[in-house]
Amino acid sequence: MAELLQYLFAGLTSGAIYALAGLGFAIIYNASHVINFAQGEFIMIGGMTTATLAAAGVPVPLAALAAMAVTMLVGVALEKFAIEPARDSDVVTIIIITIGASIFLRGAAQVVWDKEFHALAPFSGETPIRVLGATLMPQSLWVVGVAMAMIAGLWWFFNRTLFGKAMLATSFNRLAAQLMGIGVKKVLLVSFALSAALGAVGGIVVTPIAFTNYEAGIMLGLKGFSAAVLGGLGNGMGAVVGGLIVGIAEALGAGYVSSAYKDAIAFVIILVVLFFMPNGLFGKKGVDRV
Amino acid sequence: MAKLMNARSGGLALLALVMAVSPLGFTNAYYYDVAVGALFNAMICVGLNLLIGYGGQISLGHGAFFALGAYASAIGTSRWGLPPLAALGGGAVLVGLLAFVLARPILRLKGHYLAMATLGIGMIIYIVLKTEAQWTGGPDGMGVDPLALGGFVLATDRHWYWLAAMLLLVVVWLALNLVESPVGRALRAGHGAQIGAEVVGVDTSHYKVLMFVVSAVVASMVGSLFAHKNGFITPDIAGFHRSIELVTMVVLGGMASIYGSVLGAVLLTLLPQVLAGFDDYEAMIFGAIMMGTMIFLPKGLLPSLITQIRKRAGGRS
Repeated sequence: MAELLQYLFAGLTSGAIYALAGLGFAIIYNASHVINFAQGEFIMIGGMTTATLAAAGVPVPLAALAAMAVTMLVGVALEKFAIEPARDSDVVTIIIITIGASIFLRGAAQVVWDKEFHALAPFSGETPIRVLGATLMPQSLWVVGVAMAMIAGLWWFFNRTLFGKAMLATSFNRLAAQLMGIGVKKVLLVSFALSAALGAVGGIVVTPIAFTNYEAGIMLGLKGFSAAVLGGLGNGMGAVVGGLIVGIAEALGAGYVSSAYKDAIAFVIILVVLFFMPNGLFGKKGVDRV
Repeated sequence: MAKLMNARSGGLALLALVMAVSPLGFTNAYYYDVAVGALFNAMICVGLNLLIGYGGQISLGHGAFFALGAYASAIGTSRWGLPPLAALGGGAVLVGLLAFVLARPILRLKGHYLAMATLGIGMIIYIVLKTEAQWTGGPDGMGVDPLALGGFVLATDRHWYWLAAMLLLVVVWLALNLVESPVGRALRAGHGAQIGAEVVGVDTSHYKVLMFVVSAVVASMVGSLFAHKNGFITPDIAGFHRSIELVTMVVLGGMASIYGSVLGAVLLTLLPQVLAGFDDYEAMIFGAIMMGTMIFLPKGLLPSLITQIRKRAGGRS
C-alpha cells in the first residue's frame, strides 16, 4: 500500500509536468493547427535561465519571472519568424520547421550555457513529508500545486476573459473569427507566448527534482506531445488528463514491471488508445477508414 | 537541363554519371566513408518518399525499421552464423511483416495522430533494442563482421561506394517505375483527392499499406548493409533523431520527387561535415538551415529549383 502510494506520488509529479507541456501543445494547436515540436525547449529554457540566475544570486521568484519573460520572448520570436511566414505550408513542412527550431534552440542553449547539468535548490527545503508510510518531497507539492494553479488560471482565461474567448473562437473557426473582428495574428502570437510561459513554469518547478541541461527538453516535449494526443489534440482538459495518465502509468510501470521499460509503457498506452480511439480519449473527428 | 531532370532515363544517366565522376574528387578514404553514408541515406529516403510524398502519410519512426534491419544482420550473422544475405533477407521479411501488421491500424490515423503513432512505435523499438542487452549488447552496442559475398569481402570504403552507387541506381529505377505504374497513379489520386479516388474504385488504403511496407523494407535492407559496413551498431540508430533526420531529408529534397530525395539525403549527410568547423555553433546553424529552407522553399529543394529553371526557360512546361 505504501509502495503504491509512493509510485502514485511520483506519477502525479511527472504527470503534472507532462500536463503543462501537453497544454502548451494544445494551445498552439488550437490557435494554428501547428504541432510545436520546440515545446520541450521552452521547458528547458525556463529551467536553465532560472538555474543560472539563481546561481548568480538572484532571488528565485525574481529569477523565475525573468525566465518566463525570456521564454515568452523566444516563443513570440518563433511564431513571428518561423511559423508566420510558413502559414500556408503542408503539415509535414511545418513539423520540420518546428523540429528545426528545436534543434536551433538546443544549439543556442549549448552556446549560451554549456553541456553541463544545472541544479536549482528545492523551493521549500528537502525534508520529506511522511504520508501513510510513503514519503513525499516538498518540491512535488510545488509541482502539483503550481500546475493546478496554472490550469485553473487558463480555464479562467479561456472562459471568462474576452481575449481568451476570442482565442477559443479562432480555434473553432478561423475565418468566422476573423470576420467578427478578432485579430487572428495577435491570437497566434499570444498562443505561442502562453505556451512558452506554460513550458517555462514547468521547467522552473521541475528543475529542483530532475536537474536540467540543454537536452532536457527532448523527452519532456515528446511526453507532452503524447499527453496532448492521448487526450485528443486541441482539448485542454484532455491534455491534462493525458499527462496524468502518462505520468502515473510510467511510475506504476517502472515500479511493478521494469524501470528500463518506463518510457516504453507510455508509448504502448498511446498506441493502444489510438488503435481503438483514433482521435484520442476526448478528441473529435478526423478519422480515416482503412 | 529541365528535360534531362524530368526524363526518366536522363535523370538516371545523370545520377550514374555524377556518382561515377565524384570519386575523382575524393582525396582520401574518409570521403568514401561519408559518400557511402550519403548513398545509404538516399536509398532509404527514396523509399520513404514513396510513403510521404506519394502516399501522403508521415512517419516519424523509420529509423527504427533501419535499426531492426541492422540488428537482424548483426544478430543473424554473429550469433546464429547465418550467411549475410540470408540475415539481410530474413530481417527484411520480418520488418515487412511487422510493417504490414502495424500498417492497417496506424494508417487509419490522420496527420498528427499518425505522427504520434509512428513516433511511438519507433520509440518502443528503440527502448527494446537498448534494454534487451543479452541480444543486442544494450546501449554499448555490438560488433558486426564485414560483408562477405561468395568469398569476396567488402573490406574498404571504396568497395562499399561502388556497391552503394549501383544499389541506389536500382532503387531509384524501381521507385520511378513504381511511381509511373498503376500503383503510383492510384497513390497520387488518393493523395490528391481521396474520396474522389475511392469513388472511381481505387482502394487507396491498400496502396498506403503497400507503401508503408515497401519503405520499411528498404530501410531495413539498408540498415543491414550499414551494420556490415560500419562494423559496429548501437541502439541510437533507432532513435527519434535518426527518424527525424530521414523525414527531413525527404521534405528538404522535395516531397514526391525521387531525385529530390537523393539530393536531400546527400546534402543533409554532407552538411554536418561542412559545419564541423563551427564547433559549438554547429547545431544552431543546422537548425537555422532546416527552418530557412522550409520557410523559403516549402516545396523542397529540387521541385523549387525545377520551377525556377522552367521560369527562366520562358514558362514552357
